[in-house]
Amino acid sequence: MAVNLPIADSANSVNLAGLTKNDYKGAPSTLCQGCGHNSITSQIIAATYEMHVVPEKMVKFSGIGCSSKSPTYFLNRSFGFNGLHGRMPSLATGSLFADTSLKGFGVSGDGDSASIGMGQFKHMMRRNPNMVYIIENNGVYGLTKGQFSATADVGLTLKKQGINRYMPIDICMEAVVSNASFVARSFAGDPKQVKELLKAAIAHNGLAVIDIVSPCVTFNNQDNAYHSYTWGKDHEAPLHELSFIPARDEIIIPDEFLDGEVKEVELHDGSTVIFKKLDKDYDPTNKYQALNILQEAQDNNWLITGLIYLDPEKETLNQRYNLVETPLNRLTEKDLRPKPESITMINDLMF
Amino acid sequence: MAQVVNDFSVVVGTANGSGSQTSNSTILRALFKMGIPVSGKNMLPSNIQGLPTWYFIRASKDGFIARREDREIVVAMNAKSFDKDLESVLPGGVFYYNDAIKNPITRTDITVYPMPIKEILSQSPEIPSKLKDMIGNMVYVGILAEMHKIDMDKILLALDFAFKGKKSAIDLNMNVIKNAADWAKNNLTKADPYVYEPMDKTEGMIMTDGNVAAALGAIYGGVQFVGWYPITPATSLAEELNEYLPKLRRTADGKDTFAVVQAEDELAAIGMCVGAGWSGLRAMTSTSGPGLSLMTEFVGLAYYAEVPLVIWDVTRVGPSTGLPTRTAQSDVNFAANMGHGDTDNIVLLPGSVNECFEFGWKAFDIAERVQSPVIVLSDLDFGMNQWMSEPFKYPDTPMDRGKVLWEEDLEKIKENWGRYKDIDGDGIPYRTVPGNTHPLSAYFTRGTGHDEFAKYSEDAVVWESLLIRLKQKFETSKKYLPDAVLEVDNHAKEGIITFGSATFAALEALDRFGKQEGRNFDLLRIRAIPFTESIEKFIASHDKIFVIEMNRDGQLYEELLIELPQFANKLISVAYSDGLPPTARRIMKEIKEKESK
Repeated sequence: MAVNLPIADSANSVNLAGLTKNDYKGAPSTLCQGCGHNSITSQIIAATYEMHVVPEKMVKFSGIGCSSKSPTYFLNRSFGFNGLHGRMPSLATGSLFADTSLKGFGVSGDGDSASIGMGQFKHMMRRNPNMVYIIENNGVYGLTKGQFSATADVGLTLKKQGINRYMPIDICMEAVVSNASFVARSFAGDPKQVKELLKAAIAHNGLAVIDIVSPCVTFNNQDNAYHSYTWGKDHEAPLHELSFIPARDEIIIPDEFLDGEVKEVELHDGSTVIFKKLDKDYDPTNKYQALNILQEAQDNNWLITGLIYLDPEKETLNQRYNLVETPLNRLTEKDLRPKPESITMINDLMF
Repeated sequence: MAQVVNDFSVVVGTANGSGSQTSNSTILRALFKMGIPVSGKNMLPSNIQGLPTWYFIRASKDGFIARREDREIVVAMNAKSFDKDLESVLPGGVFYYNDAIKNPITRTDITVYPMPIKEILSQSPEIPSKLKDMIGNMVYVGILAEMHKIDMDKILLALDFAFKGKKSAIDLNMNVIKNAADWAKNNLTKADPYVYEPMDKTEGMIMTDGNVAAALGAIYGGVQFVGWYPITPATSLAEELNEYLPKLRRTADGKDTFAVVQAEDELAAIGMCVGAGWSGLRAMTSTSGPGLSLMTEFVGLAYYAEVPLVIWDVTRVGPSTGLPTRTAQSDVNFAANMGHGDTDNIVLLPGSVNECFEFGWKAFDIAERVQSPVIVLSDLDFGMNQWMSEPFKYPDTPMDRGKVLWEEDLEKIKENWGRYKDIDGDGIPYRTVPGNTHPLSAYFTRGTGHDEFAKYSEDAVVWESLLIRLKQKFETSKKYLPDAVLEVDNHAKEGIITFGSATFAALEALDRFGKQEGRNFDLLRIRAIPFTESIEKFIASHDKIFVIEMNRDGQLYEELLIELPQFANKLISVAYSDGLPPTARRIMKEIKEKESK
């Protein structure tokens, strides 16, 4: 039976986890004023609060870079590990075996995931652990003060770097061809969409990759650059308007969706993502269409945003293993050390 | 002619991939079951098929199981190495060869027997043609059995083990062995002194290799997570975990208490282990030098973030392709100091296959107690060769999970807890792990830049005090480490310090020095870094100490010099690396050369 529960919506009201929005915050940000990453952090706080996330059930991971610093700024009550440059995926993969009731929440950047960490990023999608994987994509290295990343536009000019000679990597395309189960792109300047995508990603059972174009106000915010606020606002082409309905809520089509053609996709936990078609007739469960639209976006210089690909039923890392019910990290010697009599059997197996 | 009983070596020269491994291990195992102390060393190329490979089987009535240079009996199955093999036979020795090889026989000081392998095989038309080459290797097993008196019943036991009791395979091989033995009986006249006779010196022992032992030890240590990447000579360690974990650690309802992930590379393998160890799992990886190099950054992070994990480094000679199948004790310095910034790692040095098992479980207790990476240095000689060994012994101490706080523990101390706060004054803080639902349990982990409560800090005093506490923790770790073992106590003035697989040749050298020259040594075997007090005492109480190890630079010697500089004038490095397990003869020569300088 669907029960319509209120969504917690103000700093003082308590959500179903018994927490206020403040409980989802972290330390004050030390990133630059106006950084797109801060805007994403705000939406992470809002989305986890509105989703009634129990912070102790989420584990934060990051690599190295401006983006990777940001897990300090949200979910203070969640464990977190700021790991090595480009190695967040392996760190998270090992950690998530310890207690399969936990969900990973990773924040990485374009340098961290598309340059040094490309290998681990792609292999993580093969494994499909239960984790949100945000790439805060600004096309530039911030902490080392303004070098090109692998997602920077060809021909982009940066102060100390000159002109970028190489083609950019399309993170979403890499994700789709690597069999990711959830691939989205958004723009830090579109907080409403960022939040809806985050909610769907949190509900998704598996790895949810969200490539969020997040302008660097200090080193890469020239009006004509792909990773700038101005360009993004002018060129953003949403694939659909979307709204996320948690599993426990009755599915009610939001008012603004009522006059359009809508498509619903149910996630593994029973939540639903509702898409309102815009001028493009786009089906996010169709991989051919996903690759097509990404190529079309490249050809036409569009900043395509929305949920690009979704396979809610793809086998997850947890499902690929046949682990005991009790979290592995709560097992004791009794469960872990074979019985004394087994040693004779083992010695007998030797010659 | 006086017989030479149970004190000689057989060397088989074959081509890699020709299937001689089963034949060689059959001889080794049969001798072992005859009660004769025996060791087998495979000298193989880095190649799947074709390059020359040799297998050394040494019988030693006195129980010496180090490699030995002398070759009393050589079996030549490979035309490519034929001339060299013929050359290598000790005067008065025996040379068997496949008669299909038509090279000239240039020696008259040895006994030479051609083996009509094709003819003997033709008596077994039931052998499928694709197996002919492989089973052809059983011909020399039969001929050696007849000529040097290897017990046929024990050969049968060895075949039964190799073929896991599969009767058709056992029969196929055993028939060839019997036919070959009959042929030898009817056609060859014994003209050499070398015979095997049953003894009782292997009673109750097992035969296994170091990688099997390490894997089993880890399983009895409760390993929960394995992240690994294939690399010679460590690959079989992970494969043995895959073999035995389901047998020993699957619940009655078919659920696993472990997870094994073959990673995309060593960077990911160790990353997964750091994640798992941080989250409260007993995590391990197995690798060799090149893999360890790749793991360095994460090991350094784990040292500073105080994450327990276990790395098995099955060592081999230096980087890249070429000699990955040759042994060396090559990573002592590297393991002890790997990680950028100030880093001290705990290193365990197993000295037998049995200790590979023991350290397999103990390493987790140490890692979790000290909250630090523990690197166990085995080597190719242990890892990939068969060793006779005492049976594996069930762990004699309960698991030590270290200072982990769950909800009820944390509730008791509450705000007094900080992730990096030294409550007990031993340098080891208390830790919580993800999944703990106590509202105070969570913390944010970074390598450097954290205060006692894991909050971000760039304060100079905070940083320096962290460095000092980590050093204190390393000191504390000594009381949890396996102490050095005084293997030989002659109350001598001269001492030998050694470790790992070098111990066997060192012990033999020491024995020969005593018997041949009346010169006595004491021998101390080191089992861990940091060095325990007994090591200092040993050095202090001897006039001169030779440090024997299998690497070029004397890496353990260097570590001793750094830690105990007051003894610098007493320590003499006896180090060499030729890719092969060490021999007593070479060690004696090295010691004498060092003295004459």
